[in-house]
Amino acid sequence: MSVDSDIAIDVRGLTKYFGAKKVVDNFTLQVARGHIQGFLGPNGSGKTTTIRMLCGLLTPDSGEGECLGYDIRRQQEEIKRYVGYMTQGFSLYRDLTIRENLEFVARVYGLEAPEDAAQAALERLGLVARADQLAGELSGGWKQRLALGACILPGPSLLLLDEPTAGVDPKARRDFWDEIHHLATQGLTVLVSTHYMDEAERCHRIAYIANGRLLASGTIPEIIAGANLSTWVVTGEGLDLLSSQLKRQPGVDMVARFGSALHVGGRDEAAMARVADRYSAEGVHRWRRDEPSLEDVFIDLMTRAGADR
Amino acid sequence: MSTQEGLPSVVPRPARRGALAQSWQRFVAMFVKEFIQLRRDRPTFAMIVGIPIIQLMLFGYAINTDPKHLPTAVLTGDDSPIARALIGALRATDYFNIKYVARGEADADKLILSNKVQFVIQIPPDFSRQLVRGEKPGLLLIADATDPTATSGAVAAALGAATQALDRELTGPLASLAQNAPPYEIRVHRRYNPAGETRRNIVPGLIGTILTMTMLMYTAMSVTREIERGTMEALLAMPVRPVEIMLGKIAPYVVVGAVQMSTILIVASLLFQVPVVGSLFTLSALTLLFIVANLSVGYTFSTVAVNQLQAMQMTFFFFLPSMLLSGFLFPFYGMPIWAQYTGEALPLTHYLRIVRSVMLKGSNFGDLAVDAGALAAFTLVAMSVAVMRFRQTLD
Repeated sequence: MSVDSDIAIDVRGLTKYFGAKKVVDNFTLQVARGHIQGFLGPNGSGKTTTIRMLCGLLTPDSGEGECLGYDIRRQQEEIKRYVGYMTQGFSLYRDLTIRENLEFVARVYGLEAPEDAAQAALERLGLVARADQLAGELSGGWKQRLALGACILPGPSLLLLDEPTAGVDPKARRDFWDEIHHLATQGLTVLVSTHYMDEAERCHRIAYIANGRLLASGTIPEIIAGANLSTWVVTGEGLDLLSSQLKRQPGVDMVARFGSALHVGGRDEAAMARVADRYSAEGVHRWRRDEPSLEDVFIDLMTRAGADR
Repeated sequence: MSTQEGLPSVVPRPARRGALAQSWQRFVAMFVKEFIQLRRDRPTFAMIVGIPIIQLMLFGYAINTDPKHLPTAVLTGDDSPIARALIGALRATDYFNIKYVARGEADADKLILSNKVQFVIQIPPDFSRQLVRGEKPGLLLIADATDPTATSGAVAAALGAATQALDRELTGPLASLAQNAPPYEIRVHRRYNPAGETRRNIVPGLIGTILTMTMLMYTAMSVTREIERGTMEALLAMPVRPVEIMLGKIAPYVVVGAVQMSTILIVASLLFQVPVVGSLFTLSALTLLFIVANLSVGYTFSTVAVNQLQAMQMTFFFFLPSMLLSGFLFPFYGMPIWAQYTGEALPLTHYLRIVRSVMLKGSNFGDLAVDAGALAAFTLVAMSVAVMRFRQTLD
């Protein structure tokens, strides 16, 4: 099989209905081997459903594709062997110890020396001292590290991580991403869904999905350029009032508060410039033209997707 | 409230009730919430109404402590009109359903050991000759007394019927024989339980009911628990097959069941002096088969149920008929035919025959092949259903 091919994920036109509701709509994506693919989108946009289709847990209603060269419709068994899937919630056994959990995973994947594999994973995770603690007693950050450790224990070629850092503190998130990059340099392909912009910025490529549709895909500069958004940064007093006023202005597509500043953007550059000129002339706020950030683009995408509904 | 637009308005603090009224209100809050949740759980809602109705219908009609039409074999060495009239009289009591004609004593024993008959009516070869000679020959009624309640009515009826049985035959020169007491005697052999002790029947039965209850519960939760704890999704994403999951989940409880069986057997023999007449090996082997059968039923429930409560209810729904229609509490042959067929579909029915026969009668594996086969078939069907029902995807 083409496990060694350069493309780890290659899916075309994936569509999934839950009842009458189209949860994923014509989803197409290619992920190169060794890349970290970020997967972003609002809650309920179809990220988890897409990931589940990739690892064979859901059957697409239409569309086709391969993971690691294996057909996602017909070769689920092979996919399960070489793909590590980390679910959104903690899905190890809370009433087993850390070591027992790891040994269970090692045995299910048919490793030759499960005890040794579990021990090696414990050492890699720095959990040797707590090996006999129940997994359910771990803190959120450690639970997530353990879950990742269990995922990579059988040596997968592709990792699918569904919001792995939700509810994890910033330091633990950082360590987690260092680990993901370390894995990617070793040739592991990673698809990771997240809501955090700093995490998105650490991905090689990003896919943005809303209402089940892929709205943007590519590197960060490509996505920012593709959004064609003219952005101003506004500072000063009374930004909340200004924000609600600007949202009603024609030409303004995106208004978002970032700390003590307001990001205002529009796709029609001329119209947006007129708004900026008019408000800056009032002299109450300071208006400064700036490059759109990734988050600006996503907020714009999300607003537009919301308008479609 | 006049706040800036875009900011959430400060929620005005609503008025609260008095302390006692608040407590009542909190109770109402819980009550309403529980009721809504109950109503959302459709199958549970159906069972609230369904269980009482079905069980009432089932057991109201099925239970009969004075069973009639009990399977009977005739072993006769005398084909005279007198013997035939006697058999006819016994049949007329409605208690005896003569299903077999035994070819010899060994054949008759086999019929009893394999639970095909509960009675053997044995008429000695020179019965009518002895009768004519006024020698008061004996008619032997062999009863399988492992279930004393099931046989006592029939025995009493047989003794009663025998008095008038030959009134029509004993005419003419034989009229003198029809005077007072019948010119023959009925000897009753209560086999396997001569003293008619109920506990000899109940204690082996308890092994079956206890195992049914515990084994069902162990596995009935096993899949729903994984779903409710959120571990199922990860498990499904791993390369493990439904059959492997099922066998892996059932196997530990086979050991648990074996421990339970040993405990019950030891206690039964120490406290209740219930003997094990037959082979301990046969008993253990067939009990293990029964344990596996129940574990597979429980596991099947687990793959069908959506949550642990439903699994629990299914277990209960299965357990009640097992108690009442299997012959554990009430004589199996006392039930109407439809209830007997229902009973035949329950593993406990077959196991009760096995455990009582091996412990009290000393039946061997050959005698019980049909019941063992039924248990095996049952296990196979339950496991197949479970594997087919098991959803390998989240679709």
